[in-house]
Amino acid sequence: MKRSLPLIFAFVVGIIVLISEFIPHRPFNQIVSTLENWFMIISGFAILLGQISLIRMNANKIANRLPDWQYHLAGLVSFALMLIFGLLWGMQETPGLMGDGQGISAYLGSKPFDYLFENAYMPLSATLFSLLAFFIASAAYRAFIIRGFESNLLMITAVIVIIGRTSIGTMLTGWLPESLSFWHIPNLADFIMEFPNSAAQRAILISAGLGIVGSSLRIILGIERSYLGGDK
Amino acid sequence: MKLSPVAERRIIFTVLLFAVALPLVFPIGWTTEISEYTRIAYRLIEETDENKVVIISFDYDPSTMTELQPMAEAMIEHAFKKNQRVIATALWPMGVQMAEQAFDKVCSHYPDKERGVDYTNLGYKVGGMVTIQAMGRSLSDVYPVDNQNTPYEEIPMLQNVRRLRDIAWISSLSSGVPGLKEWMMVARDSYQVPVTGGCTAISAPGFFPYVNEQRQLHGLLGGLKAASEYESLIGRLGSATTKMDAQSIAHLLILIFIAIGNIKVWHGKKGRQQ
Amino acid sequence: MKHGMVLVFLFTITILCANSFHATDSPWDDGKAIDLFWELSPMTRQVSIHRLNENGNPVEVHKSTLAEGSFTDYGLEANTHYQYRLTAYFADDNLTLMADSNTREQWFFLRKLGFLLLLLIVSCAIIYYIRAARNGNEFFIRRIAGLDSMEEAVGRATEKGRPILFVPGISDLDDIQTIASLTILSHLAERSAEYNTELIVPCRFSMVLSAAREVVKEAYIKVGRPDAYKADNIFYLTDDQFGFVAGIDGIMLREKPAANFFMGSFYAESLILAETGFATGAIQTAGTAQAHQLPFFVVSCDYTLIGEELFAASAYLSKDPQQLGSLKGHDFGKLMIIVLIVLGVILEILGISALKEFIAGAVS
Repeated sequence: MKRSLPLIFAFVVGIIVLISEFIPHRPFNQIVSTLENWFMIISGFAILLGQISLIRMNANKIANRLPDWQYHLAGLVSFALMLIFGLLWGMQETPGLMGDGQGISAYLGSKPFDYLFENAYMPLSATLFSLLAFFIASAAYRAFIIRGFESNLLMITAVIVIIGRTSIGTMLTGWLPESLSFWHIPNLADFIMEFPNSAAQRAILISAGLGIVGSSLRIILGIERSYLGGDK
Repeated sequence: MKLSPVAERRIIFTVLLFAVALPLVFPIGWTTEISEYTRIAYRLIEETDENKVVIISFDYDPSTMTELQPMAEAMIEHAFKKNQRVIATALWPMGVQMAEQAFDKVCSHYPDKERGVDYTNLGYKVGGMVTIQAMGRSLSDVYPVDNQNTPYEEIPMLQNVRRLRDIAWISSLSSGVPGLKEWMMVARDSYQVPVTGGCTAISAPGFFPYVNEQRQLHGLLGGLKAASEYESLIGRLGSATTKMDAQSIAHLLILIFIAIGNIKVWHGKKGRQQ
Repeated sequence: MKHGMVLVFLFTITILCANSFHATDSPWDDGKAIDLFWELSPMTRQVSIHRLNENGNPVEVHKSTLAEGSFTDYGLEANTHYQYRLTAYFADDNLTLMADSNTREQWFFLRKLGFLLLLLIVSCAIIYYIRAARNGNEFFIRRIAGLDSMEEAVGRATEKGRPILFVPGISDLDDIQTIASLTILSHLAERSAEYNTELIVPCRFSMVLSAAREVVKEAYIKVGRPDAYKADNIFYLTDDQFGFVAGIDGIMLREKPAANFFMGSFYAESLILAETGFATGAIQTAGTAQAHQLPFFVVSCDYTLIGEELFAASAYLSKDPQQLGSLKGHDFGKLMIIVLIVLGVILEILGISALKEFIAGAVS
């Protein structure tokens, strides 16, 4: 029963959602949006589970003074601070339990939650994303090595696209006449991105799409049960 | 001198740091050529009539604002120049703040533009595609108030805007899901509203196939370079243009690193052969 | 005077006879649209169409300068009567015509017929091969290095006494890639339990956390090691994309897992994860259907599952004949698409767009 009920549920719901894609008549046209709403409601309650896991894991490491416990403390303190500030004074136009916090907003220039968001969270987030630049450099240094035909092709394409995406590409071949505009590096880069690259991406998308169909069918028909924890 | 992989990485990171930082402090002033994808997006906005209401959807968060925020500012400025009225929406929670920052920056150059009359921020709504579908039926049902709690019916610029079909064009600046694809699938395919947008350079190749004869996408701004191109088209020296020098230097440096990597491998191979 | 009146009379009759305006329910839809058609005198300068609401007040829905045209009014209520008023403006006169129609819900999206047929063909092929496998037919599946390496990765982690890190992507449970990654997690958890190697699974969403815990727990119970299961090793980090990445990077640098698995949906953070893992010297296997993240994984990981291979993983690892049979169905689907592409290209070159329009009806 523990296994059968979820499998039956997956089958019935899967078939209904599949059918509703093709039937505009009520109630089928409302099924997908209803199920999505249910999913969002369940996700909303499930957030609590995640928060409990987060607090428990960090508190455990702090309590047992495990290595680097200070960082876990910093994490919990940050979590608590944002929660408290948001609850007490709200954010932007939304008031908190203690109103809009005009006094503290006048001192900081904005509400505490917004202040931390703009001056701590946003720079941190942008910083993490900008790490990509460094990692791309180190990955390119390591990976773009000429070994054979395919890697030669990769290298040539990479050089054209890298130069073509900058002002340098325009300067290098900007002097070419209109009849040879195809060989202008930015145009060549656009060609590579639009044709060979798009073709390869579409092929991967098509095969992934087929994989999704197969995977979904296996789940709907109950052949695939690993997501439930297996057969037993 | 043989360097360990860790030391090599540190050298690469340090050199890259200086190479990217210096052009920001001492701009070089290189110009970029404008791609057709950017021109198509520009023409959509340029050829839209005055007083039309348009939507810019801020579907990104601070991590990608370096690439996408300049696009937002450029598009808002272009719309303001053409006297179009801009609605900001967000399918990502932090998009609301991104929109406010973009409006604040552009309005500093357009002090005559008035909130509620020339632009408004309807805020964030969870739901992605479901939200867009609901907007197709009724905007006021999805956004009963704007982000300053002004009722939809009391916002002057929205008096004749009931649903998505009343919008002249939609631009989604997105760095993931939900975003540009959802706007295309619903607004363009179901309601035939022209959709354009911007995304990070990494995601751009995935969207190029949609810029086609059927105009599933009316042009695309892919990355900082495209943002810089758009700024050139509207005649504005914005943040994207100043950052392009740094990007150009960084790309050149990556090519140099690739060359050094190959020389190192070739040298090692030659040594082993000997 | 008499002559002038005759001319006006003839003019009026001409305009009335030449003009038509009618409304019909949009066919094959969810009953929320009405098609409007008009055919007016060539002397028409402008056309304005209004929908009359329940109070009889007109709401403008369309404007045009075409004397002959059509327009679809979307966003209506199903099974409701609607009235429309068309006003045609001539040089110094105007004409008003009325039309009305009821919206009706249909039982099939005809424009999706092409999509339905393709889906049915692929699904039937998959089911056929599943049944064939059930009847004892064996199908050849090529080696997928990334999945074969799982044993090697677990073995290496056990030798070094280091844990294994598994990241189930950054999407929620409603993404099929996350489900596929959890099926791989199930098999990996069984191996880890057998070898008594620690398995760390950070999750971005609470629903994924619940599912991952259940999957790992069942895997440990299946191999008879329920005592070795540690719920705290499968934990929630944060909903924020880059906060999640920062947390995983911290785990990789502190715990130094010997093997990293990145399976599921990834976006811009893929290279950050893969490069940090590479710097720690771990053996890395990645799998995603996000085509534009694959190059980053290929460069920094030892093994990469490309697109479809991620979804084939469960079948490949379980060696279940039925699941392997379904992979054959994927191949049939690919063959069908290749044939359609070649056929489509030839037909387009010949100027026959029927096939394209039939299939494209699904997306327009």
